Amino acid sequence: MTQEAQIPISSDKDVVLARQQGRLLALQLDFSISDATLIAMAISELSRNIVSYAGTGTVILKGIQGSGRIGLMIVAADAGPGIADIALAMRDGFSSSGGLGLGLPGVRRLMDEFDISSEPGRGTTVTGKKWRL
Amino acid sequence: MEVPILKQGQFLIATIQAALSDADLVQLRTALVRQVVRFRSLGVIVDVTAMDVVDSFASRTLLEISRMIRLRGADTVIVGIQPEVAFAMVQLGLTLEDIPTALDLEEGLAYLQQKFTTTD
Amino acid sequence: MQNAKGSREAISPSSYPADLARNEPTSELLSELVAHLRQNRTLLREGWVTSITEARLLTAMTQEEIFAEATSVYDSYVAALETGTFEALQAYARNLSERIIPRGVETHEVVGIVLLLRDVLARSLFAKYQADFEKLNRILDAYEPAANRIANTVAVGFVQERERVIRQQQEAIRELSTPVLQVRERLLILPIIGVIDPQRARQLTEQLLRGIRTNRAKVVVIDITGVAAMDASVANHLVQTVEASRLLGATVIVTGLSPEIAQTLVTIGVDLGKMNTVGDLQGGIEQAERLLGYKVVPSN
Repeated sequence: MTQEAQIPISSDKDVVLARQQGRLLALQLDFSISDATLIAMAISELSRNIVSYAGTGTVILKGIQGSGRIGLMIVAADAGPGIADIALAMRDGFSSSGGLGLGLPGVRRLMDEFDISSEPGRGTTVTGKKWRL
Repeated sequence: MEVPILKQGQFLIATIQAALSDADLVQLRTALVRQVVRFRSLGVIVDVTAMDVVDSFASRTLLEISRMIRLRGADTVIVGIQPEVAFAMVQLGLTLEDIPTALDLEEGLAYLQQKFTTTD
Repeated sequence: MQNAKGSREAISPSSYPADLARNEPTSELLSELVAHLRQNRTLLREGWVTSITEARLLTAMTQEEIFAEATSVYDSYVAALETGTFEALQAYARNLSERIIPRGVETHEVVGIVLLLRDVLARSLFAKYQADFEKLNRILDAYEPAANRIANTVAVGFVQERERVIRQQQEAIRELSTPVLQVRERLLILPIIGVIDPQRARQLTEQLLRGIRTNRAKVVVIDITGVAAMDASVANHLVQTVEASRLLGATVIVTGLSPEIAQTLVTIGVDLGKMNTVGDLQGGIEQAERLLGYKVVPSN
């Protein structure tokens, strides 16, 4: 499985590009239209965060395999200001769009696996995986 | 890419194409407000059938369009949200709050017409 | 002769290691091994098929079928040993699985026959090199990791195919058994019964949303009378279904809400005052009809 794409993010046009590529990759990997949409939405939100908070960053999209399943991995990384309080950012109020407006709890709900690491002043990396049913 | 806005009687219909940039959405908002004032429209339908992703920015802008148009005395109806998109939107908590929604253009027009002909 | 197998250390099966203090490189040993397996193909294959029958494996297949498949497996096995690459073997394994799964062949049988082949071949190596103990050890050192990798590849290929088939069947069953009913124009009913897990909840939501679009429904009655209990995640799904339906222009009425489930919803932060709920399904349908503008005529 060598499908991989790296998209530099620095403007809203890159956000659109990243999510279109994500959708395409998801469909290539035989995800349902529904899941491809979820993946595109997650990529859109993560990319927007990069533009809004860090200015520039990178989104990596990769087809992956694990335990015999096929999946898609999203890595959104930036060297921006970072998140001081990750717990706050991840607090999931019911139907809210995230404690700090980053939409991260929502993105976590869209993904099967979710990981975030961030250091104030160093940057943030969010990794999400969605497995094909 | 400019979004085409059609006038249908007392209503305006904006049909969004896919792959809309943020700037295009903001431009649509400005254009709709201007045209509502110009034509004294009673209602606006925004058709998002072709949008394969409605993310937080798009949701926010649609909400803004609705608010700004309401200030000019008109209603906004969002039509054509795809089932998959609707599902993803609610997962992200994007509910479009109190903006009226309808299945498609036909239903959207029916809604507006019903609303504005009850004064018969 | 000692049991040499137990005393050898595990070698990573991911590549053919270069022999260090030995005479020939691993690749040469394997070439020799492969030549031996090819030369004795008929004999070894026969021995293998016999052992399969004795072990009462592949009982769902006829002798001819077993023989035919055994030939292909044998050749693929030897080819994998020869080339050191496993993609072709993996593809073949999935192909084979596609054929034999409908015949009722099970995972333990597939694993069993591959291990039998490994043993049949190992025994023949023992027989051939018994005079040269050193050589036997080297050949087995080269053979074992490759043989294990082959067994693994075939087993995984089979299991993956099997899981894919099961998923397909489950999907088909769910599609058939999900009741999104159109009772009147523009009115859908979704009665939910029994235990709902998150995956089923997700599937119901998707089917409902598609149904709203297909049937152009303006009102949906979701009846949960038959749902005993709901955990927070499924309750969340219910709320999301209501919200997503609204985005498609449909109003949702929830009926049959038990006090327990009402409690769960409140616990996860739902404002029940905002949710359209009616006590029972009949009442829900009547309200739906009112919303749609039908006159409700009481029956005498």
